[in-house]
Amino acid sequence: MSALVSLGAAVPPITGPSALVTAVLLGLVFGFLLHRGGVACHAVIVNQFRFSDFTVLKIMLTAIVVGGIGVLALNSAGLANYHIKAANLLGVVLGGGVFGIGMVVLGYCPGTAIAAAAGGSVHALAGLAGALLGGVLYAFSFPWISAKILPIGALGKVRLPDVTGVPAWVWFAGLAIGAVVIFRLIERHERSSSS
Amino acid sequence: MSSPESTPCLLQRARWNPYGVGAGIGLLCWAVFYFVDKPLGVTTALTGLAGACASPLVGGDVITANAYFKQHGFKWDYGMLFLGGIGLGGLLSALLARSWRVETVPEVWRARFGPSTARSLGAAFLGGVLIMFGARLADGCTSGNGISGSLQLAVGGWTFFLTLFASGIATCLVLFGRGRKESGS
Repeated sequence: MSALVSLGAAVPPITGPSALVTAVLLGLVFGFLLHRGGVACHAVIVNQFRFSDFTVLKIMLTAIVVGGIGVLALNSAGLANYHIKAANLLGVVLGGGVFGIGMVVLGYCPGTAIAAAAGGSVHALAGLAGALLGGVLYAFSFPWISAKILPIGALGKVRLPDVTGVPAWVWFAGLAIGAVVIFRLIERHERSSSS
Repeated sequence: MSSPESTPCLLQRARWNPYGVGAGIGLLCWAVFYFVDKPLGVTTALTGLAGACASPLVGGDVITANAYFKQHGFKWDYGMLFLGGIGLGGLLSALLARSWRVETVPEVWRARFGPSTARSLGAAFLGGVLIMFGARLADGCTSGNGISGSLQLAVGGWTFFLTLFASGIATCLVLFGRGRKESGS
């Protein structure tokens, strides 16, 4: 445990062979959880977007609240750094829009497609092949996109506490309460539609 | 893998409680931030793989000259191994739950668009192009932006999360119509 305790944000991340094992293990846990959570299933993803299955929302909101509170605590204790991506608003909105279309057409997102393909889905495997082409297409569009799209609405690496002045812990208190309320409404809806 | 008559143990149960899975992914994020000093994400590493796969087709010099692939070259690094881990995790989960099965035309798709394998796989390929292009344009996917960004309260993460859902709902309405109760799982 002493090796663990000595690791902090100031200490470089794990390197060498142990880093590679760590990477595979962390990915394995993620893939396992996605698969067991049911989100490596085409119907579960598509049905979320027509409100007949709420698994995706339940998993994502819980992960955001639990993960966020822990990362906030780690960061406050000086044990983890934030890794904020630049909010290039036009790029994010267009990207989110295109992503949402693709997620319904394919029935998976990138991570769940990998878990699903490993679970035997040829459909997900075809999606991953498409994703490789999508990456190449983006790379060759990048000079134009970075000149014309990304600078529009570029707010930089901002967080909600920065732009609102409301502290992070208040955000998480609100998110936790909001998530519980949403989950209760979902459960009530599920009970009434199953009976 | 023993005693199929008794209640299956946790590792054999095909579906876990979604709140438990969400909390597990949250805990995994703590570990990734603490041990690796990176956010949880998928498509950044997938970009490098895309470049490596395209290299024999369009020529290695074209790929190495590209500004975006210069930033996101293929490496056997943390991100790439993490992707491999996701595949191993999905495989292990399916084998332990004995739920591994070949899926070519998903049920929901078949109910709406018929049994054609070519049409289903063609759509899957097109959908894959869109998720990757969209994820790169937004600089993150459901994992990198939707979960990792949102849990750090990043403005970009929440913007992506909300647009993704709005767009997904609209697309679903156009493609599949309103949810019918018995369709799908």
